[in-house]
Amino acid sequence: MADIHSVIGTKNKKGQTYTDTWKMMNEAPRTPSFYTGSEVIKEALRRASCDVMIAYPITPQSEAAALIGELFAEGYIGDYFRGESEFAVMSQCAGAAFGGARVFTTTAGPGTMRAMENFPMWSGARLPIQMIVTCRGINSPLSIQPDTLEIAYLLNTGMLVWHAETAQDFFDWILKGYMVSEEPDVHLPLALCCDGFFVTHTKDVVNLTPADMCLPPYDPYRSPVPCMDMECPPVRMMRDPFVMKSNYISYATHASWQQEIWAAVERSRKHSIHWLNGLIDTENTDAEIMIVASGTAVSQGREAIRLLEDEGVRCGLVKLKTLRPWPEEEIREATKNAKHIFVPEFNVTGWLAKEIKATIPNHERVHAGPHVCGGMTMPPEIIVSEIKTALGMKTFSLAGRGS
Amino acid sequence: MSDYRVLPGPEHFLPPAAASMGICLPNPGEAHINGVIAPEEKAYEEAARQFLMAKVPTIFPGPLVLWAWNEKAAKKATAVRHLFNTLVECVQPGQKPMLIPMPDYRPKYPKINPEVEINPNHPNLTIWHNRIDCCMFIGVHCHQANLSLKIIRGGTSCYTIAMCAQAGHEDAMLSFRDASVEKIMKLADTVKRLKGTVQPRLASAKNGVSS
Repeated sequence: MADIHSVIGTKNKKGQTYTDTWKMMNEAPRTPSFYTGSEVIKEALRRASCDVMIAYPITPQSEAAALIGELFAEGYIGDYFRGESEFAVMSQCAGAAFGGARVFTTTAGPGTMRAMENFPMWSGARLPIQMIVTCRGINSPLSIQPDTLEIAYLLNTGMLVWHAETAQDFFDWILKGYMVSEEPDVHLPLALCCDGFFVTHTKDVVNLTPADMCLPPYDPYRSPVPCMDMECPPVRMMRDPFVMKSNYISYATHASWQQEIWAAVERSRKHSIHWLNGLIDTENTDAEIMIVASGTAVSQGREAIRLLEDEGVRCGLVKLKTLRPWPEEEIREATKNAKHIFVPEFNVTGWLAKEIKATIPNHERVHAGPHVCGGMTMPPEIIVSEIKTALGMKTFSLAGRGS
Repeated sequence: MSDYRVLPGPEHFLPPAAASMGICLPNPGEAHINGVIAPEEKAYEEAARQFLMAKVPTIFPGPLVLWAWNEKAAKKATAVRHLFNTLVECVQPGQKPMLIPMPDYRPKYPKINPEVEINPNHPNLTIWHNRIDCCMFIGVHCHQANLSLKIIRGGTSCYTIAMCAQAGHEDAMLSFRDASVEKIMKLADTVKRLKGTVQPRLASAKNGVSS
């Protein structure tokens, strides 16, 4: 039986020192490194004391999955293999997690959709698997380009859903994510999302923790459910589900089970605030115009704010770090002074704007846009244009771009 | 802070998870009573009072203490037995302490025997059938404990206590966290200290369910 505290300060087979995670992330020296997002995923995994990684190629996560294969070859990952499909991968991840392993996988777009059945199963079975989602287009006709529509499908699976803006977020949140999702009162899978290509395939300076430090190992004995046992729920429920029993208490138990998953999402709030220094970041919350965004739309919003400042328009920003747990109170507080709230998004439906409208009073303040999708970029100028149009200010049109 | 309070039911056809109502778990060194964070010392007193007031104070030990899977579990089991024996010594005539195991979580179909065991898939049967008006969960995996605690709160008036080895349970009316042999023994000591100072509610014992 693992005892986390007893291994702190000892070395693993690669000579890395198991380190208190708070010290590793907040006190250990950092080395600036110029990496792609995919390379950053590899470097985070090098330090994650990961037992099992299961891979399947789908753009734009294939590079990260392949790089983690190199880590396995170097001896940093306990086991690594390619599944038969995304559905198989996510099922195999469940098997490994049921057995008490710290599990990691990556997917994207249609892969996320193909594997979807597994995600509520993961959360229902309280499996703290971490899945990187490098978002891309999901619909026909085929697109491999950045598009965040798939996140909308993950929001009601019972998984924790975080949306990274930068490769630095990615590096830190992969490691911190395990700390949150493995808490016994949470113990849920984490979908750590980023905007494909924009984050995975661009290089950025990322401050890395020392490579000779790693996370303490996962302790499956703190799990809120027993380790794999074919006779006890949740495993037995897979073959002998409540739904097969037509009586009040089986339904009530299933209802209580579902409630417990969402209670665990709520409990993750406290731990997420601790590790991420809040569920949101804010700038200029006294401004009457606010941009609320997640992922790389935050970066574009930040640049739009700079452009607007040049024109004498003061604008604030809310960066959402977590989507589940949903930072409801934080958003209300941060937007209480706003007369106009703009929600730039890389998807066609505007799911984030809908969530925000459902959260705040006077939701007519929310301008659901600008939207781009299908791989289009979002120049800061179109955010500026959207804001100025709403304010009745003269603005130029970008409608002819690319023609 | 949430206005919601975790109180004996019957609360609702499908009561909410307390966490969804804004109830937070205690930090180390704290407990919660009815969803309000309280010093652990106060929780010992309240848990002991509830035990001594109950007509059928009951301890439900789960698999984490029933099976000697490590030395700590075996010691906790001994402490649980000591707590039960203390209860038996300290209650008044008419009160009937019980120790009902939860050895595993296998659904028992077609029927569980509520005289013999409690099960997260049928917790209300045990509470109803045995007329339990105060119970303590210990050594039950957190997820399974919360399933039961919500169902019990939904359909019965049983006062629920959780002696949790992890972060605690909002769905119990009173919850300790980081349970240890010392904490179990301290609860037993508190029961002993309060013996004779608490009036049992023998006349009013009910569980909200018609027989």
